[in-house]
Amino acid sequence: MKNITKIIIAFVTIISIVSCGDKRTRSVQYMPDMYVSVPYDANSATGINGEASNLEPVAGTIARGQVPYEYPHTNEGYDAALNNLKSPLEATEKNLANGKAMYAIYCATCHGDKGDGNGVLSQRDKFNGIPSYKDRPITEGSIYHVIMYGRNLMGSHASQLTHDERWQVVSYVEKLRNDLLN
Amino acid sequence: MKSVDKHSQLTRLILKSFTFLLIFLLSFSLQAQDAVDEAQQKEGKQLFKSLCASCHKLDKKLIGPALGGISERRDMDWLKSWIKDNAALRASGDADAIAIFDEYNGSPMTPFPQLTDKNIEDIIYYTTVGEPVKAGAQTAVVTEGQEPQSSPWLTYILVAIIVVGVLIIANLLKVISELKGAPKTPGLAGNIDDLWVGFKKNSFLHVLITIFLALTTAYVLFGTLFQIGVDEGYMPIQEVAFSHKIHAGDNKIDCQYCHSSAKHSKTSGIPSGNVCMNCHKNISEVADDTTMEFDGMTYGKAELDKEIQKLYTAVGWDTETLEYTGETKPIKWTRVHNLADFVYFNHSQHVTVGGQKCQTCHGPVETMDEVFQYSPLTMGWCIDCHRDTSVDLKGSPYYTKVHEELSKKYGVEKVTVAQMGGMECGKCHY
Repeated sequence: MKNITKIIIAFVTIISIVSCGDKRTRSVQYMPDMYVSVPYDANSATGINGEASNLEPVAGTIARGQVPYEYPHTNEGYDAALNNLKSPLEATEKNLANGKAMYAIYCATCHGDKGDGNGVLSQRDKFNGIPSYKDRPITEGSIYHVIMYGRNLMGSHASQLTHDERWQVVSYVEKLRNDLLN
Repeated sequence: MKSVDKHSQLTRLILKSFTFLLIFLLSFSLQAQDAVDEAQQKEGKQLFKSLCASCHKLDKKLIGPALGGISERRDMDWLKSWIKDNAALRASGDADAIAIFDEYNGSPMTPFPQLTDKNIEDIIYYTTVGEPVKAGAQTAVVTEGQEPQSSPWLTYILVAIIVVGVLIIANLLKVISELKGAPKTPGLAGNIDDLWVGFKKNSFLHVLITIFLALTTAYVLFGTLFQIGVDEGYMPIQEVAFSHKIHAGDNKIDCQYCHSSAKHSKTSGIPSGNVCMNCHKNISEVADDTTMEFDGMTYGKAELDKEIQKLYTAVGWDTETLEYTGETKPIKWTRVHNLADFVYFNHSQHVTVGGQKCQTCHGPVETMDEVFQYSPLTMGWCIDCHRDTSVDLKGSPYYTKVHEELSKKYGVEKVTVAQMGGMECGKCHY
């Protein structure tokens, strides 16, 4: 009987040490029945055959509700988008407001709140040479093309913005450019 | 005491003269260089930063070639015509122009017809003389070195020595007074013996102490049990020393720039390597004064540059040719915030619909070098917030009818998540 009491005391002490002491490991769990996922998790390292669970879709397939972008990532594609590509969205207040919100998240860090290329990264001398919108001959098509593919040092932002959001950002960038030019 | 004072005066004198000598040497060496036209240099730097730096660096190849010392390699007139309209120069059949265009895979340079000859000369002058030398920085290092290094351990040891010293003196004084004929006191040990005998006889004290011990045990026991399965403060060592403090805090990059799926998806995912490369294509080194705390160590420029190299290995970026090699090796991040699989949590309905700040649940991430779990993520924590948080019904047509009905029924303006059924089992656990 005395032994059992001693064991319980030792057990409680060990648990309290294990659960409070080390911040580098997870705490103990009591009977983790449905803690670990049986199906595959997004972003998990162990998917099919132990590979990462995020696999690329087959090239050339089109998901429902998605529109493929037909201009190629070349200088000719840029020129074609610059001249021919037009926004499919209507110019509503709502679109412009969401474009502004998205611009603040994804663009303003470098391009600045006013689009003059004077964002936080430029001010802090981390990322230089960001042009002002008024210095370049850009159209709505070329803005969309650059968001899709990136250009020179700017990377593609297609993975972060949806089709509609990209066009909303384009409309807000055009507004900023007009403000800068006038 | 006097000698010490003299000594420090002497040291101060030596250090002062030493510093003076250094500053003198530094200014001398500055003058020894070619006299730099600072106004022209500044003007050129400004133009270079705003117009050229998107594709060129002074000491490194970027989209275009490195421009440091370009005036020694090219003729000034050639440079002027190239910068103003390089396409026209190529069309005119200039061999040099066509050669450099082909070397950089035919990526065209933006023409700059707006630049005057003076502007271009300023820029070229800046590329020749380089960065302005910071005179203040080097002397600052010298004076900083004189600061005495105080360690907390030294203070502890000193305090301990003083305490022990006081005790020894007290004991000595007591012995002396006893030797002089004062009556012998029983001492500390004798007092404790008396106390112990009295305690053994007093049964009321026994009961009191048993109750106290029982309550303490229960407190410790339940406290321990309530910590099981709670990962508050969990801070694993990540494969890459990524600092949220530098990115989100200092550089003020929005949370959703990298965690972009929070607005539409259940999972606010880890950003993939292409998001890192949006900036780090250009930023291959951190600034000289950038530091972060990682695993109890302070990482400076040398260590952090190595961490950026890990990113390049992961995405397969060749820093020499500035091209992707195609060999990728994804970074294995360790997940900090984990819910059991029987909970359904959706980021988008909290972030986009609910309009919650990231910091509400994840704490001040922008001040964390290493991310740790700020909130306990227990069920009680979720429920507490659902009881208190009112839902913003304005501007959402989905809620218009619900709001009217609920206002009539309960006569309230405020509708909390709990009142809308945010505490039902099936909402989170299915």
